[in-house]
Amino acid sequence: MIGPTQMARRVAIFGATSDIAICIARRYARSGARLVLIGRDPQRLDAHAADLKLRGAAAVVCQQADFAQLAELSDMVRFAWQAFAGFEVAVVAYGSLPEQASVQTSAERTVAALALNFVSPAVVLGELAPLFATQKTGVLAVITSVAGDRGRKSNYVYGSAKGGLQRFVQGLRHRLYADGVTVLDIRPGFVATKMTAHLRTSGPLWATPEKVAADIVRAINNRRTTLYTPRFWRLIMTIVRLAPGPIFHRSSL
Amino acid sequence: MLGAIEDEAVLAFGCGRSYGDVALNPGGALIDCSRLDRFIDFDPATGILECEAGVRLADILEIICKPEAHGSSWLLPVTPGTRFISVAGAIANDVHGKNHHGFGTFGRYLLAFDLLRGDGSYLTCSPTENQALFAATIGGLGLTGLILRARLQLRRVPGLAVESEQIRFDTLDDFFDLAAESDRDWEYTAAWIDSLATGKRIGRGIYARARHRAGASSALPASTPSFGMPVKSPFSLATPMTVRAFNALYWRKLGLKRRVSKVCGYASALYPLDAVDHWNRAYGPAGFFQFQSVVPSAAARSATAEMLRLTAASSEGSMISVLKVFGDLDSPGMLSFPMPGITLALDFPNRGAATCAHLAKLENIAIEAGGRIYPAKDSLMTATSFRRGFPRYETFLRHIDPRFSSGFARRVGLLEAAQTRPGT
Repeated sequence: MIGPTQMARRVAIFGATSDIAICIARRYARSGARLVLIGRDPQRLDAHAADLKLRGAAAVVCQQADFAQLAELSDMVRFAWQAFAGFEVAVVAYGSLPEQASVQTSAERTVAALALNFVSPAVVLGELAPLFATQKTGVLAVITSVAGDRGRKSNYVYGSAKGGLQRFVQGLRHRLYADGVTVLDIRPGFVATKMTAHLRTSGPLWATPEKVAADIVRAINNRRTTLYTPRFWRLIMTIVRLAPGPIFHRSSL
Repeated sequence: MLGAIEDEAVLAFGCGRSYGDVALNPGGALIDCSRLDRFIDFDPATGILECEAGVRLADILEIICKPEAHGSSWLLPVTPGTRFISVAGAIANDVHGKNHHGFGTFGRYLLAFDLLRGDGSYLTCSPTENQALFAATIGGLGLTGLILRARLQLRRVPGLAVESEQIRFDTLDDFFDLAAESDRDWEYTAAWIDSLATGKRIGRGIYARARHRAGASSALPASTPSFGMPVKSPFSLATPMTVRAFNALYWRKLGLKRRVSKVCGYASALYPLDAVDHWNRAYGPAGFFQFQSVVPSAAARSATAEMLRLTAASSEGSMISVLKVFGDLDSPGMLSFPMPGITLALDFPNRGAATCAHLAKLENIAIEAGGRIYPAKDSLMTATSFRRGFPRYETFLRHIDPRFSSGFARRVGLLEAAQTRPGT
């Protein structure tokens, strides 16, 4: 059982080559954790593994997986679980940010975006749930998004997938509460990463993945259940959620 | 990789710690290399480190250079006055530090690097492979291609802590005596100079020397500064009055003592300015100019005295004024800055044309004395001064990658010269 301030020893990261995930992995590496990195590109995973070992990770296991292949997710989770016979922390960090204009005109692209951002992580969490429940401890940390807090015209396909994931995580938290398993819903705001590199990524609303990762690891250690990162997004999203329709609909958000 | 940016000339951007325009590319594009920051391999038996080129020296110090049994450790053989720079930046400026007299420049410890050229070719360069491009890229200001990863030889130190001494001296001659006496037994040496002292007192200051202490370990320096200037000051805090007060106070910082000794971590001896993040913001929106020259030994005393005399007589005051003797170890790069002689670094709050005119005079003295100006710190050097200071630039032109450019290269005429070079 991990205490509130003690770092976890075994950590699995699904979507390990995302910029936020790398920064989380580096923090755990520094405390000597054992890491399972699950991602699509084996070369990048290997390069990160070498880096994480030099940064202090006790062991790093890489596992190639395509999160869009829904039928394979169950085997993927079981295989990851075997690497170190379980883990105290699982971080679900993958996703894709499609361009709204391109998804809203294509049924195929809408299905793909909903599948990767909602169906796939829901399946992964569903597979992890009984394993964590049997273990009677641990933290399931899921990166959703502030975009899931209210549907808006500029990104509602992505936003609805993340919003659905928020509800799924909420229910899962309820289910696993009795087993002593914490389920953390991480809602980052704008983060300057590969996923957002096509946008203008400077200004007061933009955060670095290092900052966001620091917040996430702290929230995991403190067994928090919902994290807005950086913190000011909680206030912004409260306003966005509460804005009356007639006003909200005239905005260009 | 480079194909994504069509037509635009590019330049690698690391930590943005160069003072002038060597890492700026107005009219072109910058490639953000901050995510090129993975360690690849480290062999604790040999001290050979392989890493991606955007790894910062601070990361190497924090993650690799940890004290072992009996306090000994691997350490960067050469490091400049800040550890918040990238490995590629250290190569591209062939940086030096307070131990130049014993260790030379950063490039001397470079075993190899991989370079991506604008035509898509990918070259490993080392002292035995693509030697010319190796020498051109060390100190090559990023103009020869994109450095992707590097292999470095770290050095062994008997302890991470250093014993350091600060000694007050009254004249420029005293500085040269102290330097001659110290450079054999002390690996880190440099002197702060009171830039406002006049007459017989010209060149007075505080000589700082340090050496590793066997068996004495020290806490690792933080990977980020613990406190900083949160915002840019709306006006410069470096006014003629505060500069004068700073110099007067710093000169008296040893109190009544002539010499102060202590044992401390290497960070406080090597990186005093790294303690404050964004210290440059204190200079306000107009900023400041850095100036660093080196003058060969023969003319060093008279040229240094003249530069200090001019500075004290002008209304331009410098706060962090540093004097150091460079050793005679060869610099491996075609455009490496250090040469045997005396280097002087000054900083001036930007007060417009008057400051620029003063810097032009200093530049002229250094060049006339057979010296050169440090591109990493320069914003004003003329094309003529560059060519006179760096006579190997003609050989260097051959290795400039036509897809690369920088503000500095444009300013000193390097790009123009590369395009009109016969045979291309």
